[in-house]
Amino acid sequence: MTVQNPPAAQSPSVSRNGLLWTLVRVREAGISIFILILVVAVTLRAPSFLTVDNFKDILLNISILAIVALAQTMVILTHGIDLSVSSMIGLVAMMVAFVVKQNPEISVLLAVMLGMALGSVLGSFNGLIITFGQVPPIIATLGTLSIYRGLVFYYSQGTWINSFELPASFKLLSKGTPLGLPNMVIIAIVVAVIVYYFLNYTRTGRDIYAVGSNPDAAQFSGIRKQRITFLVYLISGLLCGLAAVLWASRFESAQTNTALGFELQSVAASVVGGVSISGGVGTVPGVLLGALLLGIIQNSLTLIRISPFWQLAAQGLLILIAVISDKWILSRVERTKQ
Amino acid sequence: MKAQAVTQSKSAALISEYAPRRSFLSKFLRWEWMLVGLILLDVLINTRLSPFFLDARNLSRTSSDFMEIGLMMLPMVFIIITGNIDLSVASNMGMSASFMGLLHNMGVNIWAAALAGLLLGTLGGLLNGYLVARVKLPALVVTLGTYAFYRGIAYGFLGDQAARGYPKAFTYFGQGKVFETLVPFSVALFIVLAVIYGLVLHRTTFGRYLYAIGNNENATLYSGVPVARIKFIIYTLSGFMAALAGLILAARFGSTRPDIGTGLELAVITAVVLGGVDINGGKGTMLGATLSLFLIGLMRFGMGLLNIQGQVQGIVIGSLLILSILLPSVTQQISSVRNIRIHPRSLLISLGVLAVFVAFFLFFFWSRAPVIAGG
Repeated sequence: MTVQNPPAAQSPSVSRNGLLWTLVRVREAGISIFILILVVAVTLRAPSFLTVDNFKDILLNISILAIVALAQTMVILTHGIDLSVSSMIGLVAMMVAFVVKQNPEISVLLAVMLGMALGSVLGSFNGLIITFGQVPPIIATLGTLSIYRGLVFYYSQGTWINSFELPASFKLLSKGTPLGLPNMVIIAIVVAVIVYYFLNYTRTGRDIYAVGSNPDAAQFSGIRKQRITFLVYLISGLLCGLAAVLWASRFESAQTNTALGFELQSVAASVVGGVSISGGVGTVPGVLLGALLLGIIQNSLTLIRISPFWQLAAQGLLILIAVISDKWILSRVERTKQ
Repeated sequence: MKAQAVTQSKSAALISEYAPRRSFLSKFLRWEWMLVGLILLDVLINTRLSPFFLDARNLSRTSSDFMEIGLMMLPMVFIIITGNIDLSVASNMGMSASFMGLLHNMGVNIWAAALAGLLLGTLGGLLNGYLVARVKLPALVVTLGTYAFYRGIAYGFLGDQAARGYPKAFTYFGQGKVFETLVPFSVALFIVLAVIYGLVLHRTTFGRYLYAIGNNENATLYSGVPVARIKFIIYTLSGFMAALAGLILAARFGSTRPDIGTGLELAVITAVVLGGVDINGGKGTMLGATLSLFLIGLMRFGMGLLNIQGQVQGIVIGSLLILSILLPSVTQQISSVRNIRIHPRSLLISLGVLAVFVAFFLFFFWSRAPVIAGG
């Protein structure tokens, strides 16, 4: 929208040593400092905050958000947005829960694969509309947001899948702790590592940044823009499919309003984590910190006994503060550079 | 309308000083006429399907159902034409209505409470405007933050309580009819305001500036237009209108709960975009947006009469939104590559894609069948 100076993470004009790296470090330092201040402040009020158990709890709570926020980040990196994530999660969760209910003996791995396959189909539908149909991403996914949500209602006829209808193995998928941490946290970490590798060390990953920071230059340098755009929406659907299965397993149910409003949370996590909404700028660690910040805010507001009714307001306010302070730090850095 | 004509002939003016004479038919190919056609089609189909559709009292009642969306839509047209967006309108509406409800519960006079609600909503718009225009944060980010913030404040005000027992004079704004006719007050208010907003957009310098900002913000700034101030104004206006819509919704319900109007922001944006306003800014008319509002309202009403669930109606509205942009661009693409032979490989890919979607829907109905049958 406005002309902004991207933090030069990909700008070739700045030399690799010196300013570029300070800038990159500052970028994630901003949110890290914010998290640290928050942790110290909350611990002073409620010492039970800084315990291993509580942090395990926070990690469990943000795993799904982290997965979806990473998907959202890849889309935003290409200067797009995927508003349909919440509806994709709702639809896939419902369909997988129906299948699992009908076939309780189905292996959990198969359920996960099914969810990812279904999610990919939904995501590629978004991708097709946006690339072949040339519909702006915000409109295409706004449309599929209500289409997919409508399909959830049509599919289930308003019925729910309850906890007793799901087999124990499926419910354990997210909560089992064979490796010390809950499976869900481990899955989120694995996804984060894969996305990190993909975005930083593969050609396609670098192309995603290129398409976002300068679409025309990307096109001229031989990057197939349409293909990359299609791919990010497909990946978004795939990861949402995974998140959907985890969601159904974690909350042991599939409802017609599963994940309602999650699209804005995922965008918030990305943006707070330093992803530029105009594309081309953003890192995986940043997004994970963004998700962590949202998780810590939610957790600590309960611990310091802020009335649950004011918690949403406090969350919104803290998101605003995080974004404003990030902008402030950036402009400070820009000024010292000149 | 004038704006559309100017932007359309802009490229032509580069080639020849005189814009090419348009054929008589092209006048009817405008999106507004499409919308009129769709409305007529919708009325025709619904009249055949349900005897209750063309009933004056039903239509009167249903038209007030989407006037709150309409009130928020008017400034949203301004905002989207400048290439920005406001996701916080529905939350702002909830905040203002809840504030009014809180004051009413505390025994404050209802008119003073309503005024305070309007003020708070305007203040909310002011904050958005400040952050977008002065701090220069992206509009999507700012209003996403205030989307949570304002809704949160609404919950903070009322908690799990509801405000009710508004006096009759106040509920008139949501339930009353103008001069004992069948026209609801909110509809009359909307039409008056829509005319004013339309005149401002299409007949004033301010309106021209909005298009200019949407077409090229930097160029507009360098030609001396106070871009920041204009953005400030339209966001403040949006806050005020959201508060007004909130009061009318509260008056119509006769009560206020903090979750009032949740999710309406997407309905507002859908109406604007379906009305032919370019989401990237610079294009669109107030008439188009208003027509699309009535189209959506009539479609939802018709589907409601046929006993289709509100969420399932979303499938139709969402498809219409996508098709309204997809169809023109796809026909353009197809007509531009008409002479080129279809590549066998791309044919194979399209068939593969089609197969995937067919498989998805087969699975969709197959997996659904036993549960539905089993109850």
